[in-house]
Amino acid sequence: MESTAKDNPFLSFFQFIGKKTLYIINNLGAIAIFFTLAFLKIFRPKQFREIVQQVFYIGARSSNIVILVGLFTGMVLGLQLFYTLNTFGSEGVLGSVVAFTLIRELGPVLTAIMITARAGSAMTAEIGILRISEQIDALYTMRIDPLQYLISPRIAAAIISFPLLTAFFDLVGIFGGYVTGVLLLGVDKGAYFYRIHAYVQMADISGGFIKSLVFAGLVSTICCYQGYFAHLLTDSHGAKSVNLATTAAVVYSCVMILVSDYVVTSFLM
Amino acid sequence: METPLIEFREVTKRFDEKTVLDKTNLTIYENQITTVIGKSGSGKSVLLKHIIGLLLPDEGSILFRGKPFDKMKKGEWNKYRSKISYMFQNNALFDSLTVFENIALPLRQTTKLKKKNIEQKVMSRIEQMELSDALRKYPSELSGGMQKRVALARALVTDPAIVLFDEPTTGQDPIRKKIILSLISHYRKQLGFTAVLISHEIPDVFFISDRILLLWEGKIAFHGTYEELTRLRNPMIDEFLQSLDGLRDELTGLLSKEIFRSRYALTLGRGSVHKTVTAVLFGVSVEQITTILGAQTAMEVLKTLGAYVNQYFVPLGGFSARHSRDRILTILPDTGFEEAGKLVHDIAQELQEKALPELNSIAAARAVAGGCFEILVTAGITEASSADDIAQIMEQADTKQKIIARYQCGKEGSSK
Repeated sequence: MESTAKDNPFLSFFQFIGKKTLYIINNLGAIAIFFTLAFLKIFRPKQFREIVQQVFYIGARSSNIVILVGLFTGMVLGLQLFYTLNTFGSEGVLGSVVAFTLIRELGPVLTAIMITARAGSAMTAEIGILRISEQIDALYTMRIDPLQYLISPRIAAAIISFPLLTAFFDLVGIFGGYVTGVLLLGVDKGAYFYRIHAYVQMADISGGFIKSLVFAGLVSTICCYQGYFAHLLTDSHGAKSVNLATTAAVVYSCVMILVSDYVVTSFLM
Repeated sequence: METPLIEFREVTKRFDEKTVLDKTNLTIYENQITTVIGKSGSGKSVLLKHIIGLLLPDEGSILFRGKPFDKMKKGEWNKYRSKISYMFQNNALFDSLTVFENIALPLRQTTKLKKKNIEQKVMSRIEQMELSDALRKYPSELSGGMQKRVALARALVTDPAIVLFDEPTTGQDPIRKKIILSLISHYRKQLGFTAVLISHEIPDVFFISDRILLLWEGKIAFHGTYEELTRLRNPMIDEFLQSLDGLRDELTGLLSKEIFRSRYALTLGRGSVHKTVTAVLFGVSVEQITTILGAQTAMEVLKTLGAYVNQYFVPLGGFSARHSRDRILTILPDTGFEEAGKLVHDIAQELQEKALPELNSIAAARAVAGGCFEILVTAGITEASSADDIAQIMEQADTKQKIIARYQCGKEGSSK
């Protein structure tokens, strides 16, 4: 008699793995199509106003938190690196080490995580609520393409805002390192800026920006996708499905930021 | 035979194990108001969502002017979609947009109209729906009734050829319910669209409907006019109507039409001896009042008339019901013709001296500046015997209609 997955633990294990794999691949395919369609619709007419509005929500309104986190990240880096470098008598290179760390890694990654927490979760919740209250269906009935009206402006705004906020984060972080390193711990002011100027290359800056662009695409797509399909992606309904979608969006975005950071870094090195 | 505007052929829709539409066949004709009735959860909204393409059938096909949806080219489908509009049960207004922006949204996003033209069209709908005070407010700042009117304005702003209304009166007070149905009927005549309506607002929804479809366990159990619906003794129809139809008409406080029929049968139908009774048919110029003074004023006049009819006739054993939007029929089993005439005269006086002057302020505020308007209340008295059915009595009374109260251009006057 043929054994079924129900009574065979070995088969049921592979059935579980198979189901999960298919689910993940299906979702990855759906996300890729979702991003491609929404990205292409950025260039359709009547998008400028919506994009500007979203740049305000995603970019301008996230600037305070990004600046605050950037400042303290830079200050902590200045503090930690000063004592480490001091043991080797190399505190003069503090400026360049702080700048490298921020421009290449911490700037893009922490900025992306901050925007995910502030604007990404809001994106998912807002789109999720539009979904459960039939407002997305209402757009369809009015012949307004929901992808074009809701998703494309958010992806465009993320692509514009992420690199700009990363630049802010880097600048403020370098200033934070200056505050602790130069003003509090006595590193030479000239040496701090000279080392940054001498060692930081354009490739470091563009590498950081490439990362921030990749993060922008990932975060905005994951957050919008989770909200847009909040009614399908979870077993729950109504407000609960929005709650679960928002949590999933933040978790997936943060994981994908770190995973893609490794992948992009390995290509850039 | 006329080609239906929309036709369902053997349409089946399942959600998991549940079959909501089961080989459903139906037809919707142009320039008519078709009302879909059925128990809650019977699939009425699902049916409506298939018409606009929000849902696709699992089996069967839907046709527009004889052409199946799935055979339409992209251009044809877009053209069809551009003609159709949908008013959601829960309104589906955008919380982050003001009333003006909500109504303007379809025009801004799907047309090439200039800003000025969009503003004109939106403002015209806003004025028609009496939403001028709420122009800059957000949906969350409005009452349920106002939100409904915003949704109605948004559904009509694109001048659609077909409008689907999914329970447009849910959550409204009795007067507002009648006003919304009145507005739908009024704009349907004015703008000439085809309406498909889901409503439990019986009997008012029947008064404005050209055809009624009863959806029962996934199939169309009845299709036809209101008269056919009440004439046919179908157990499914009876069960449905009894589940909805209260004893009284919410607006006027008069009997429901069904109860009126059974009272009439009890009064005149028993015994072999022919009994003579007096019947009074009242009429109000509802359509005219709606056009000039708004639907609310029309409903107020009907409500007041209903109250007087109850006050004067019920103590004498009379019973009354609204038989159409603007007609109230009263049967007086134990009152003679002369006495009925006196009572009608008293009602006319009350209307003329108290009720109509009270409408003065509403009328003055809403009437078109400089325009002359008139509110007419008519009545016809006749004698009927047990051999007559209700339709015959109404016909007889109709021929004897006289104006009993009139409000004209700020002046009152009556004739009898």
